This record gives sequence, C-alpha cells and structure tokens, in this order.
Amino acid sequence: MSQGPSQHLPTVGKSVPRADGTPKVIGTARYVDDLPAMPGELHGATVRSPVPRGILKSIRFDPNFDWSDITIVTAEDVPLNTVALIAEDQPVLAARHINHAYEPIVLLACADKRRVLLAKNAVSLDIEALPTVLDVHESLKNTHTVWGTDNIQKRYLITKGRADTEDSVSAIDAVLAECEVRVSGSYSSHHQEQLYIEPQGVVAWWDESGVHATGSLQCPFYVHKAFLKTFGEQPSRIHITQAVTGGGFGGKEEYPSIIALHAALLSKKSGKPVRMIYDRKEDIEATTKRHPAFCEIETGCDKDGKLRAIKMRVLMDGGAYLTLTPVVLSRGALHASGAYEWEHARIEALALATNTPPNGAFRGFGAPQTIWAIERHIDKVAAVLGMDPLELKRKNILKLGSVTATGQVLHTSVAGVECLEKARAVSEYDRRRKAYSEKQGRIARGIGAAVFMHGAGFTGSGERYLKGKAAVDLLPGGRLRIRTASTDIGQGTETVFRQIVSDAAQVPLSDVDFAVPCTTHVPDSGPTVASRTVMVVGSIVEAAAREVGDRVRKEQQASGGTFAEAADRLLAREGEVTSLLQYSPPSYIQWDDQHYRGDAYPCFAWACFIAEVEVDRETFEVTVTNFWSATDVGRAINPTQCRGQIEGGALQAIGWALFEELVWDKGIIKNPRMTNYIVPTALDAPPFHTVLVEEPFSFGPGGGAKGIGELPMDGGAPAVAAAVEHALGIPMDDLPLTPERLFARSASGAQT
Amino acid sequence: MNLTLTINGTVHHVEASPTARLLDVLRGPLGLTGSKEGCGEGECGACTVLLDGDPVNACLVLVGQCEGRSILTVEGLAHGQTLSPLQQAFVGHGGAQCGICTPGMLISAHAYEKSTKSLVTLRESIAGNICRCTGYQRIVDSITQAEHEDRVQTFGTVGS
Ligand code: FES
Ligand code: FES
Repeated sequence: MSQGPSQHLPTVGKSVPRADGTPKVIGTARYVDDLPAMPGELHGATVRSPVPRGILKSIRFDPNFDWSDITIVTAEDVPLNTVALIAEDQPVLAARHINHAYEPIVLLACADKRRVLLAKNAVSLDIEALPTVLDVHESLKNTHTVWGTDNIQKRYLITKGRADTEDSVSAIDAVLAECEVRVSGSYSSHHQEQLYIEPQGVVAWWDESGVHATGSLQCPFYVHKAFLKTFGEQPSRIHITQAVTGGGFGGKEEYPSIIALHAALLSKKSGKPVRMIYDRKEDIEATTKRHPAFCEIETGCDKDGKLRAIKMRVLMDGGAYLTLTPVVLSRGALHASGAYEWEHARIEALALATNTPPNGAFRGFGAPQTIWAIERHIDKVAAVLGMDPLELKRKNILKLGSVTATGQVLHTSVAGVECLEKARAVSEYDRRRKAYSEKQGRIARGIGAAVFMHGAGFTGSGERYLKGKAAVDLLPGGRLRIRTASTDIGQGTETVFRQIVSDAAQVPLSDVDFAVPCTTHVPDSGPTVASRTVMVVGSIVEAAAREVGDRVRKEQQASGGTFAEAADRLLAREGEVTSLLQYSPPSYIQWDDQHYRGDAYPCFAWACFIAEVEVDRETFEVTVTNFWSATDVGRAINPTQCRGQIEGGALQAIGWALFEELVWDKGIIKNPRMTNYIVPTALDAPPFHTVLVEEPFSFGPGGGAKGIGELPMDGGAPAVAAAVEHALGIPMDDLPLTPERLFARSASGAQT
Repeated sequence: MNLTLTINGTVHHVEASPTARLLDVLRGPLGLTGSKEGCGEGECGACTVLLDGDPVNACLVLVGQCEGRSILTVEGLAHGQTLSPLQQAFVGHGGAQCGICTPGMLISAHAYEKSTKSLVTLRESIAGNICRCTGYQRIVDSITQAEHEDRVQTFGTVGS
C-alpha cells in the first residue's frame, strides 16, 4: 500500500536495482525479433546498390524465378520519396541517382524467409557508374559535385577576441604571429560503427486505425515524422512503438526511420504485417557511422604555457546525404577548443559530402573527433614547452567565470579542476609518469591523460524550439505512471526516472510505472539524444511528479485517509489526474544562432580520464592495463548506473582508439562482420577505477543531475594515445592506433 | 525429423530439420527467445547456451547434433520464481544495461561458476561474449558479487 510523505526514504543517490532488470536476466524481455509472429506475417529484405555512385538504368527480375508469392516495392511505390529529417535530400528508395554503396533500391517480402533471400539474388541492377568522391579533401576540391552545388553540407565559424572581426583569418594570423610559442599539427579520426549487439529491426503493419511500427529505436517521434511525410497520413493514424532495445549509441536515432518506412511500404503493398531484421553484415554496411574528421590546429602560447590563441579548421565527412550532419558538426565545432580558455579563437568547421553511406549520430556526436584533435594538440604543445601535459592542461583549464570560445561565461557547475585533481591523485599519475619515463625493456609502459567537458542538452536555443513534454499520471491505489518519449535503450532511463518521480512525489519506488514509449500514448519529449534525457526530460518528469503528489496530499489533508485513498477519491471525482508539462530552459541562456555566439549549452559535464598502457615494442600491441577517471555528473541519481555509463563509453572510445577500423575499398566496406570489425572483449578491457564528482547544476533533477551519456566517449582515445606516446615516444595524431600504424610510424623515425 | 532434447531439465520432442541451427529451433518452435542473435557467426556470444554443460554458440550448432542431449538456456537459470544469485547480482550491480548480451553472458558466467577456476579466469570465461554497453567492469563485479553471495548462502557466513 502507498505510504504518506513521512515514511518516504529518498531513492535518488542510491544504486537501486535496474527496473527492467528482471525480464532481461530471465530472458522474457521482448526485443523486436522476439515478438511473436503476427498472422500472415512476411519477412522483408532489401536489394542495395553494389556501387558507390551511378545512374540506375533498369531493374531486372529474373523471369525464371517464381515471383508469385513475393511482394516487390520500388521507388515508384513510395508516395513521397524522401526521408524526413533536417533536409529532404535522401530518398526512401533510390529511383535514378545512386549516391553510395548499399543504397536501397528494391524491397522484397515473402512469408518464407529463405525464399525472400533467393528472390534477392534474382534481382539484377543495371547501373551506369559515375566518378566517385570518397574523401573530404577530394570533396572540398569539388571536381565532381556529388551534393548541392559545392559538396559543402554545412559550415560554421566561431570567432573570439581579436579574431572576432570581418577578416578573421588575417586577424588570428596576426595574433598567432605575436605569440612567443607557436605549434601546429593535424589530427584525424576515422569511422566507427556503433555495433549495438541487437541489429536494427522493425515490424510494421496497417489496419483500420492506420499504420503501426514497433521496433528497436531511440526516437519514436522521428519515425512518426518520417511516416507523416512519406505516407501523408494523419498524425493520429501513425503509431510508433519502441520495443525493448538492445543498444543504440546514436545508431538507432535516425536510421530506424528508414527501416520502418521500408517495412511499412512492403506491408502497405502486400496487405500483411512485415518483419524486417537486418543481419550483422547488412547492419554494418548500410546504417550510419561516426563521421571521420580531419582537424588542422595552430596555437600560440606564452613560454610559461599560458595558452593565448587558437586557429582550427575541422573537416567532417558527412557521407552521401545530410542526415544529422549539421548538428554533429555543430557539436564538434563547439567542443573543438577543448576544456581550455583562449583569448582569441577562430574555429571553422565544414561538413562535406562523399559517396559513402551517410554518417550519423554516434555517442559524442562530433565532440570525440574534435576533442581527439585538441587533446593531442595540447600534448604536443606540452612536448614543445617541455612541460608535463597534465600540468599544462591544469594551467589553462576553464574555471568558474571563464569565457569559452563562443563567449559563454561559465557561471555554474564547473568542475574541470576537481576532476583533473581527483583523477590525478587516484591514478598516482605523477609517480607513474616519472617511473615509466625510465628506460624500459621490451614491454614499455606509459600513462596519459585527457581533460574534457561535454555540453549537456541541445545546443543554444534548441530546447526552447523543441518544447519537450512529459507527463505523470495518477493511477488507482496511488500509483504513478511516467509517460515520455525518452526511451531506455540500456542507459537506464526507466530506473532513473522512477527514482526522480519517487522522490518528487514521495511515493515508494515500487509504486511508479513507466509507460511503453508509443507515439499514440506518450507526449513528444524530444529525441533520446544529446545527453538530455536525465537533465532535461528528467526535470520535466520531476516537476510533473511533484505536482501530482501535491494534489493527492492536498486531498489527503482536506479529507483524510492514506495517500492511496486520497488518490482514489481524486480519481473518482476528476476522472483523470495528470500533469503534462513542457520544458522551460533556464532563462539565462542567450544564444545567437547566426554568429554562433553565446551560451552554447546550459551547462557542461566535466571529466579527466587517465589511461595506463603496456606496449610490446616488437609487436606494437597495446594493452590498456588500468583506466582511472573522475567524472562530474552533477548529481549521481543512480551511482552504479552512472559508473556503467562512464565505463561503457570509455571502452567504446578505447575500441575506437585501438581496434575498431572499417576498411574501405572504393566506397565498399571490406570488413562488415564481427569477425573482422574488432570491438573490445572482457580481456581487452582494463579494470576501470571510476570516481564520481558531483558539482550540481541547479536546474537538473534530483538535486542537480547533468547529462553524462556522451561525455565518456570523448576522452578515452586521447588518453590512450597520450599513454602510448609516453610509453614509446611516438606521438600518434591519426586514429586508430593499430600495431601496423604504430610500426609504420616508428619505422619512419618519428620518435620525439 | 523428430528430435528429443532435454531443455532446462524438461524433455521436449520437436519436429525440425537436423540441419536447422539450434538457435532457430530454440527461438522458433520452442518459443525460447531468451537466447539472442547478434551476429550469426560465432562472434558475439549472445546466443550462448550450455550443451551437456559446455558453453556453445547456438548459432553454430545444428540441432541434429543435440539429439538426446541436454541444453541449458537463460530461461533455465532461475529457481522457479526466484532469481539465481547470478541473476540477482546482474540486476543489482549493473551487469545488464541494454540486456541483449545478458542471456549469453549469464550462461557463460554460470559455466564459469561451475568450472575448475584454476584453469580459466573470470574474464577469460566471458571473453566470447561481447558487451557493447557496460565496459565489462560491472559484469565482472556482478559475477564476483554472486560468488560471494553463494558462499554466504552455502556457509551461512562471509568466508574469510
Ligand atoms: S549470434 Fe551466435 S555468436 Fe553471435
Ligand atoms: S548490456 Fe548491452 S550489450 Fe551488454
């Protein structure tokens, strides 16, 4: 039975067990491919382009194949052939122009799963190949225009100090020329596959109430929007539901719209439910990946290490279509100057189109790429100055009152120094740094650090435009139900939201339910992205829960009884007791979208990661032997889950740094399998020593929580590279740090 | 072909082609969708089950090979309505996030608990199970915690 306020024990700050844990450990959690087959259900499959660019001349269906039970969908069957996202450049199915390998062209469905695969082989495509553009440097030259008029998908310019003038290039060059010490370098990072262990999948069907899709997805309202556009149905006739989702990391942010559209098209044509589940190869080949990035940096500082000016150019590879590239590029640009204060800055960022599958959302969203560059660069500056890199970072780190490159004055929740000092102490960085600098044998040891921050929530005025909503309902017996489109894709939303509601309404945790995210039943909370779920949507949920709890208690005070009795009376009288609220961002946020100036984010989460490695000097194999981190989360609502986020993100970054590499040959992926796209196993993972720092953000829920979903992806790679540099004396500026590349770099005599 | 398999302690007769993958028979006709498919080629471990006590990838085993043998899947780990200490630890100590690797991970961890520990380390025993979410630390901690609870239950006190 529900208890009154006096008995409530706070749950925020406690590592309560995972709310969705039990079904997951007994095997009853239903992921999309576990959903029972619907009557008459068909299996869908996709015929894709084998070439990266060309003109589709014809599609040939083998006359010797029995097509009688196969449903066929081509571009002609698509009511409005565009995938609704930022731009409308991407077709649902290619009609004539093919812009990347694996671009979908024909959809097939059949009740017999084996026959649909045979049918796939019976389709042949006549494509006239066109010249391709496969990397950003080529794209920038615009010898072949593959997107818009100049291949440039987006450009941002951030200027500060003397560079904040019309001719910002001359101005920043002049400042740099005056600096005592100038250092320049270029740094690159590569594609990364999200490799969620559950591949993309969806089941779609039509009935008298409209169109339905249930799938593995992060953002049900993205799919809703895509259906609205392509099918032109009424919003109320589109029903998108999230199934239990086996990881996303951004990979299930925008892509599910495409697979859901495909399944729904097949279903519309066949009149039957259609299940589409990608196998691993198709998932790696066709879906989005992390944008590769190339950064050129020139900085100036004083001899004592005081950083003065930065000039930076970022080129990101957007792939064939725009998808979310402008937003990824924005976040990359806004994190490009790192966790440091610069008096003068000019940061130019460009996204360029190539004939490769569109790159898209992946945890960190552009920031890991630019933080890789700036952290490597600061390490280089330290080497030039003969200073310890962490000391140099300590000297220049942003503090309370500092001004970022966009002119944002940091006046709240700043914990860079604290994270740095805590990580430094717990890792015994100074002692190890000294010890490992001694001459070593075949196995060389090293230790290195990365310091960084990550903006939580949408950029600038994003949240103001988005108007995210969430609701809390009162249920019989005094239970509460959370309704939000923020999905739990493994990161623990269900658990943490329950904790927030339990404390805000002062009801036991076991009395709080979490509604299945379905667009028909939950309000649009905005997408599950950008480290915004806890900080932004969590704060709406908190306010709504407080409101509902207060109403029940008011009733209790007026007419007595328990919380449950008062709730039932209220429900009997009013029919429905719900608080549906909309997010209002802190009023201090001022953002100029035109000039990219102002408060880029309401606040930042901070971290310092320290990696210890062993490198075999003969095989150049790198083993991460220890990993320490201190991460400021604002307020740890569930410390165990916070640690899980930090460690999981850090290991993805370690994988990106050391093992993960997509091998391309003329726009084709040569290793689209788990056998040859290598992610870390338990033996590759270091022991993690994770310290949580709590520097509350007063607008965050639970007493000041900030978003931390993406932050841990930002610092792992540069920390590992710094440790490798310490061990071998080889400064690696390009990812990944595979043995082959380390060997090549050492053979080329690049030792410092 | 009619096959006889003992699954989670119960004898089942199932009609299937002997060349069907064990994973498909478990997930299809037997309705045991706890075992997952992450790669279909023996790399991810999401489909791990025990075949006569040994961990195997059900995506690589043909059901014909299982005739008359016994199979343990994630659905067989709980004791009735009570979670095993291992399952409890995964729920309480961050061993499961998205949960898609969890069934296979639990089976490998269960095999490890029953193994001669001097021959294989905990991390080795789960090295065939890829988890993309956790970084493995909470999984290792969950398994260690479960071992500890097991000892407490067996001896009624924390062993010293
Ligand atoms: S599905 Fe069997 S190992 Fe991946
Ligand atoms: S919990 Fe998601 S893959 Fe392991």
